[in-house]
Amino acid sequence: MNKEFIRRIIPLQIAAILLALSLSAVILTILSISPIDAFSLILSGAFGSPAKLAYVLTAWAPLLLCSAGLLVTFAAGLWNIGIEGQVVMGAVFATGLMRILQDSLPPSAVLLLAALAGLLGGALWGMLVGGLRRYGSVNEIFGGLGLNFIAGSLTVYLILGPWKRPGIGSTSGTEPFPPSLWLPGFKDFQASPIEMILGLIAIASVAIALRDTHFGLRLRAVGMNMKAAFLKGVPVDQDLFLAFGLCGALAGLAGWVLIVGTSARHNLYPLISSGYGYLAILVVLLANLKPFWSVPISFSFAAISMGSLQLPLQRQLDSSLGGVIQGMLVLSVLVINGIRSRWLRHEG
Amino acid sequence: MKVELKDIHKRFGPIQANDGITLSIEPGTLHGLLGENGAGKSTLMKVLSGFLSPDRGEIRLDNKTIRFDSPAEAVALGVGMLHQDPLDFPALRVIDNFLLGSPREFLLDRKYHQTRLAELANRFGFRLDPEARVSELSIGERQQLEIVRLLALGVNVLILDEPTTAISTQQRESLFRALSQLTEEGKTVIFVSHKLDEVKSLCSKVTVLAHGRVTGEAAMDCPTKELVKMMFGQVLTVGKRCEVRLGEPILELQNLSLSDWRLEVKDLSLKVQAGEVVGLAGLEGSGQQLVLRACAGLLRPSAGRIWIAHRDMTGRPYQDFIEASIGYMPAARLEEGLIAGMTLAEHIALTERGPSLFIDWTMAVERASQRIREFNIKGQPTTFVGNLSGGNQQRTLLSLLPSQPKLLLMEHPTRGLDMESMEYIWRLLQALTQQGTAILFISSDPEELLERSDRIAIFFGGKVRMMDTCGASLFDLGESIGGKGFE
Ligand SMILES: Nc1ncnc2c1ncn2[C@@H]1O[C@H](COP(=O)(O)OP(=O)(O)OP(=O)(O)O)[C@@H](O)[C@H]1O
Ligand SMILES: [Mg+2]
Repeated sequence: MNKEFIRRIIPLQIAAILLALSLSAVILTILSISPIDAFSLILSGAFGSPAKLAYVLTAWAPLLLCSAGLLVTFAAGLWNIGIEGQVVMGAVFATGLMRILQDSLPPSAVLLLAALAGLLGGALWGMLVGGLRRYGSVNEIFGGLGLNFIAGSLTVYLILGPWKRPGIGSTSGTEPFPPSLWLPGFKDFQASPIEMILGLIAIASVAIALRDTHFGLRLRAVGMNMKAAFLKGVPVDQDLFLAFGLCGALAGLAGWVLIVGTSARHNLYPLISSGYGYLAILVVLLANLKPFWSVPISFSFAAISMGSLQLPLQRQLDSSLGGVIQGMLVLSVLVINGIRSRWLRHEG
Repeated sequence: MKVELKDIHKRFGPIQANDGITLSIEPGTLHGLLGENGAGKSTLMKVLSGFLSPDRGEIRLDNKTIRFDSPAEAVALGVGMLHQDPLDFPALRVIDNFLLGSPREFLLDRKYHQTRLAELANRFGFRLDPEARVSELSIGERQQLEIVRLLALGVNVLILDEPTTAISTQQRESLFRALSQLTEEGKTVIFVSHKLDEVKSLCSKVTVLAHGRVTGEAAMDCPTKELVKMMFGQVLTVGKRCEVRLGEPILELQNLSLSDWRLEVKDLSLKVQAGEVVGLAGLEGSGQQLVLRACAGLLRPSAGRIWIAHRDMTGRPYQDFIEASIGYMPAARLEEGLIAGMTLAEHIALTERGPSLFIDWTMAVERASQRIREFNIKGQPTTFVGNLSGGNQQRTLLSLLPSQPKLLLMEHPTRGLDMESMEYIWRLLQALTQQGTAILFISSDPEELLERSDRIAIFFGGKVRMMDTCGASLFDLGESIGGKGFE
């Protein structure tokens, strides 16, 4: 099995990465941008200095949390597109709680309670997707998209209405929280180990839960054959509901990180989820739903995202080129995997 | 078309499924392929029809060596296969399935294809409604659709992998008529089966496989005993159904009415006692499945009551039925019964209900090995169920039933099992009845029904008549299944 893996899967993944890089290079060349230049800018943008690396690490944490959540819903065969909204609601709940308690409790207690509020907000929003699917027969993709939209609008309403900054209400966000409510980083290295450790713990726990708990096994069974799982006595509806809740909770925790994290803006602003949820969907697809692989993959995605922020600063290029590379990676891997499973089917 | 296979090898990991098989089939004949479960029949046929590529060996059609890289290529060269487990698309309509794989046209002329479908179906006496959904068809009808589809694609060699394991006697007869008709038209038919009498009456020649090798070939005047010897290396003795003392009522149906989109069962009352075996007979789709599914809690009755062990279970969710200690076994193994991508041990762990959060894998593997021994499954605890042979999947399905159920509800329990395993499984089931389990089972095999049940409920167009098996003959049963006595 392991030998098989090394012999066949690894070369394929490498082929996929090379394919993605060459395709991106072609696109860059068409846009008359030197691919070497762009790639090296992205690399130095991500790893060129300790500060930049710290930045990558802080982007990695929410991506890890979202990927962990999506591993759960994907295992159950669900497309939880609503994860963006779940991140946003985590941030909203965390912000709300901190606004209420920041003057009455010590900062560490406020941070902790805010994390729980984030978990709760995301979980509720996730279960709403599950509820719509169960009771309204709304496919989770459409339900999720709708709820993403609502979460976004709700943020804008809060920012311009009840939570507006004293004097001016502007879409730049709510009043930032004081540094006492920021997760502590190091003096010269602005990344908090707490965020990353949370993310890694989340992935590890999800990996163990899926492999070794009854709940995880049931979810996988539902994902592979819902009818058979039901006939075997799996409480399908309840388990799917829980899967949505769990994914939402982890996404909500990512929302909390986006408020209190070291390089966060420390306030609630529109589009706070910044596409982390969608990016995590790509991560998990690229990792072929394997928890272990989503760790390095999410790290490289964080690096590409952060590194490509240098493009507009240094070359007047749009940072969305990073997204092009990420998208290419996923497409190449999917295509190569598709070809591989065709072969495998043929060989038995 | 003449078919020759030369020295075919195919290995799956540690298992040599085909180990140098050489076989030649004359054009225009019906050729039988016999062999016990896991002998390598399906594998060989998948090689011949382009689903699998052989590790070694040669396929020759009309003395020309060919190579296919996909089933579509095989079909284009004239070889089509009807699989042991249906491979059609249940969500689509009959006509859409029919059109799958047909030469691309820019705009489909539905009307034209509908008439073509109807014509082909009529020629073989099949009745297929083009607009019905495949999920609503019986297995027999799905087969008919697949045959018609392959013929429309111009197939010259038709392979049928255990086609009679889940169809009614009537469907079987029309299938056999169609097959004879096909060979008269010069087509070559390969018929894979365990049922010696079918092979004997239908085929002109048989090849017997065991452990991936050819163990014998015979023309069809060969005595049954010889065939059995080639299959198992010994001659079987058939067991006798023992006397069972009946206990208290386990299942009571009171004036039950059920319906689905095409059928209604009205006002059925039935009492089944502990230790009793009741067979449900009838043409497929006569209401047996409705009743069985209602007893399992999967179909809500429109009127009447269902009692299990003196508890009113009417309208309760399926979970409650499971807790009331029923075991339900569906016919569609890979669609409803098993999860192809999970291992045996995972299936065991999945059915385990405990308060613990974590799975005890050592225990699950141990239990799986135990079931593997007990049910004689050819596989390991870590084998993916989708990789087992058809008969071994069936055994797995049986091994996953609760160990001491009050009531067992089974659709075609021995479908796809060779004679030896069938005997063995019934011995296990009868041991259960002696401990008080009541069994309700659907079968399309009249002999199995007569031999194994204490009573038979015969279904005809939703109506039900009870029949005592004591002193009844196959002839009586056949007549009733055909509608006699239902006015
Ligand atoms: N895809 C696969 N992967 C691994 N093993 C396989 C696969 N397909 C078949 N096998 C193994 O190969 C052997 C032969 O299987 P095959 O399906 O050809 O048997 P069969 O003669 O059709 O039996 P049955 O009567 O039970 O259908 C079995 O031991 C089976 O477990
Ligand atoms: Mg088979």
